[in-house]
Amino acid sequence: MSTSRQYELVYIVTPEASEQDVTDLHTQVEQIIERLKGTLDKTENWGRRKLAYEIGKHREGTYVVETITGSGELMKEIDRRLRVSDAVIRHLVVRVDEELRVADRTRSARQTATARRRVARGLPPERQPGEGRGDADQNDDMDGPEVTR
Amino acid sequence: MREERGGGGRGGRDKDKKDGKGGEAPRRGGFFRRRRVCKFCAEKIDYINYKDVRLLAPFLPERGKIQPRRISGTCALHQRKLQVAIKRARQLALIPYVTD
Repeated sequence: MSTSRQYELVYIVTPEASEQDVTDLHTQVEQIIERLKGTLDKTENWGRRKLAYEIGKHREGTYVVETITGSGELMKEIDRRLRVSDAVIRHLVVRVDEELRVADRTRSARQTATARRRVARGLPPERQPGEGRGDADQNDDMDGPEVTR
Repeated sequence: MREERGGGGRGGRDKDKKDGKGGEAPRRGGFFRRRRVCKFCAEKIDYINYKDVRLLAPFLPERGKIQPRRISGTCALHQRKLQVAIKRARQLALIPYVTD
């Protein structure tokens, strides 16, 4: 039994393909996932979107994002199938579980650190409504990167 | 008296350290540049999503090159993650490799 990992698959379908072609492709991917005992966690169809540069002769394409949990062999198979497919003009497989875990860890570490500091200062561990700079903090123009040439 | 001096010294040192790390040291010859803060640290963004073009766009000047840290003020950790995210987004034609 191979270990289970979470991946994100993004593929771009030709603008010539019909809605039906896109759903067909999606079912194909689903079938591979089923066959190799993975799970499809989430599907997102961004619809037709303009490409930042030309791929082949295309200037736009339909973007589909799938979040998949499964083995490396499964992704290898999907990768192979998409590479062969004429309808797919570009695809990308990214392993996300580790990155998300790291992000989760840093977030919880920061939260506990904040809570500890607040308790040390004699405050309740959570930030209270109306405390600090509040909403002014959200759109502070000073936070943005400065471009100086 | 002694306490006061000790406290002052510590405060000063902390400030120096902060300046060296975060922003550009004040320039000789008059003008001060605003101290830049890493956007991702300031906004507590832990995961730089490559699919979020609006997040990446401020770090791509007109030519489409990745903006260097010395200009954007991004910290080393986040610049590294940003770099990966930008390169992924480029593969997916979400952002251009080059713009002429």
